[in-house]
Amino acid sequence: MEFRFSEEQQMIRDTAASFLAEVSDSQAVRQAMANGAGYDESLWSRITEEMFWHAVHIPEKLGGLDLGYVELVAMLEQMGRCLTCSPFFSTVCLGVNALRVAGTEAQQKKYLAQIAGEGRTATLAWTGKGRRWDAKSIDTTYTLTKDGVFLDGRLHYVTDGHTADLLIIAARENGSSGEQGIGLFIVPAGAGGVSSVALPTMDQTRKQATISFDKVQVDAADIMRDAGDAWPLLSQVLDLARIATAADQTGGAERVLEMTVDYIKERRQFGRPVGSFQAMKHKAADMMLRAESARSALYYAACVADEYLAGRGTDVMLAEAASIAKAYCSEAYFFNAGCALQMHGGIGFTWEHDLHLYFKRAKSTQQYLGDASFHRERLARMILDAPT
Amino acid sequence: MRLAFSKDDEAFRESIASWLAENLSGKFEKIRFRGGPGDEHMYFDERRDWEYRLADGGWTGVGWPKEHGGRGLSIEQQVIYHEEYARAGGPGRVGHIGEGLTGPMLIAFGSAEQQQRFLPQILAGKELWCQGYSEPGAGSDLANVRTKAVFDRDSDRWLITGQKIWTSLAQESDWCFVIARTDPNSRGSRGLGFFLVPMDQPGVDIRPIRQLTGTSEFNEVFFDAAACDADCIVGEPGDGWKVAMGLLGFERGVSTLGQQMLFQNEFNEIVAIAEENGAASDPTIRQRIADAHIGLRIMRYNSMRTLSGDVGDGSLEKSAMIYKLYWSTWHRNLGNLAMDVLGPEAEIAETAPYDLTRLQSLFLFTRADTIYGGTNQIQRNIIAERALGLPREPRPATD
Repeated sequence: MEFRFSEEQQMIRDTAASFLAEVSDSQAVRQAMANGAGYDESLWSRITEEMFWHAVHIPEKLGGLDLGYVELVAMLEQMGRCLTCSPFFSTVCLGVNALRVAGTEAQQKKYLAQIAGEGRTATLAWTGKGRRWDAKSIDTTYTLTKDGVFLDGRLHYVTDGHTADLLIIAARENGSSGEQGIGLFIVPAGAGGVSSVALPTMDQTRKQATISFDKVQVDAADIMRDAGDAWPLLSQVLDLARIATAADQTGGAERVLEMTVDYIKERRQFGRPVGSFQAMKHKAADMMLRAESARSALYYAACVADEYLAGRGTDVMLAEAASIAKAYCSEAYFFNAGCALQMHGGIGFTWEHDLHLYFKRAKSTQQYLGDASFHRERLARMILDAPT
Repeated sequence: MRLAFSKDDEAFRESIASWLAENLSGKFEKIRFRGGPGDEHMYFDERRDWEYRLADGGWTGVGWPKEHGGRGLSIEQQVIYHEEYARAGGPGRVGHIGEGLTGPMLIAFGSAEQQQRFLPQILAGKELWCQGYSEPGAGSDLANVRTKAVFDRDSDRWLITGQKIWTSLAQESDWCFVIARTDPNSRGSRGLGFFLVPMDQPGVDIRPIRQLTGTSEFNEVFFDAAACDADCIVGEPGDGWKVAMGLLGFERGVSTLGQQMLFQNEFNEIVAIAEENGAASDPTIRQRIADAHIGLRIMRYNSMRTLSGDVGDGSLEKSAMIYKLYWSTWHRNLGNLAMDVLGPEAEIAETAPYDLTRLQSLFLFTRADTIYGGTNQIQRNIIAERALGLPREPRPATD
């Protein structure tokens, strides 16, 4: 047992920290979040050409770095700290994960090589409108005809759905329900019958789109594994994405704590630093407890994800670790961001101060792929025999 | 990062597990899962015999260095030892203060003579220890001790006078380590000494405290010119605070993982009740059970990070500092959950006049968890000041 970063992993983290400090500071984030794409093309080019981060866990034979999930979360944690705007999460944590888990050998060879080699972006679109994050939320349909497979419907809350080159779509067989009849398909964003609309979002650092499918024909070669029975695969992709989200949250939870500690050491009222009052110190201690525990939950989940991707762990272990991490980190980030706002007083309420960006990202990531209550109920089903 | 244990370690797990299966049976069957916090007064004689059995098997002082008679296990194997011990339902150790606190303290701060005098007796389970820190006026403000130690040249001994409180196992202990003021003109953390005091003498009077549980694990101990030999001071007069603080650091070692296995047993019991009485289909209870599960798993991951050692960014020191605040809060909430899962049945005690069920004891005793060994408020002060570097509490000027 060795539950800590290796020297190489520390190096990856430190490199990510110093690179992002340079390219993803407050000004860069504010510029990127205000443009239509939601990110700066030149930053994405530097990530894909200079850093090669987008290929972090793509196998070597497909042109990737062949590193693991621990390395991936080490980078994501730093991006969460800096609120980095880029299609990294959608491409790597949705697209690459979906291809690795549910792609055929031929699909992996083609599309992972494209992502690694050309820096093409990708995303996963799977839910309809509503507040669910389970199989019931899938309402786009696929129909098998003698001319091939056709997709119809509207997909919501699609991360970077308006800019991704490659769409991975979950749809259900016409007439199916629940976890039955689910299929996964790869569709180029420019395919006939596909239209996407960017949505204005409260958290401007994470863009979302709605994508409509009108009789979109899918190439037979782009039907992913286990079509008609792909919910378990999709579920594992979602769990990997939840762990990645927890990494962003852990980074954010830690960063808002640092900002707050720095501020309350400087800010003076009643003739002393406000950080000398126990009312402030105890809140800060509670924030640190959450930031540290979030980190532990995250690193454990990353190790489990590594085992799973290496074919050694089970999907149940992955689901449990992902739900623990997502439930805890979601609440930790929101708690810390909320405390940070309170402890900054009036200055934190201004647009000019960066805190609101963290506060909003804490809420958007908390909701995304299931909030803490969702994951606690999922864990309860694993722990308890009795039905609800 | 690597979660799995090595083959050697797994073989070690097998050896301790089979030793426990073989030995924790027969006359020891009834003390399985007994004698933990809140239950330390139960089955004392049987647990004392169990201590001898452990000693005979070489299973005391497993983390102590070999040169001091310990087993010198690696961190990993200590973790496994504590996990298997708790999994098997190993009873609360009557020798835990000696093994966990006195021994490591003497190895770090004691003289060679003190080590030779006391360590073998602890390992053999022959001498039991208790802790004399808190006083009526020195709880959270531990440095405010008033107990005095005066050196008597005629008898060549230290004479200790004062009152200690919240001393567990005092009636059963052979020795007590005591912090007492050696410099009568000093205040706060200066001028203290650290003494090893024999309990069986006329100057020591033990009075049990009846707690809100109705039971008495804790005692008041009155010292009235209680004697301890000149060579029973650890370090020099004035070193007491340094030794006392060093000793507190030993408390958050690997045994925390064993503690978590006990928590797991408690959690499992509550889950089984919830499944049986229908609480498991109540949505809010389901949320709370899942939350307790999350909390316990993360407690384990926190410990694993702490035990895996520092990576130089100080983050692992932080994971150690939050430990007490984390587990005490979690455990207190678990006790409350137990009552809410039981519903009206939670009120019904085992027998008259006031013999509580295990879960009632859990509910009540865990209210002490967030107080002893540094209250949650003191823990937050420590975290804020030492880990986050916030300004220290203003203290009244000392002379």
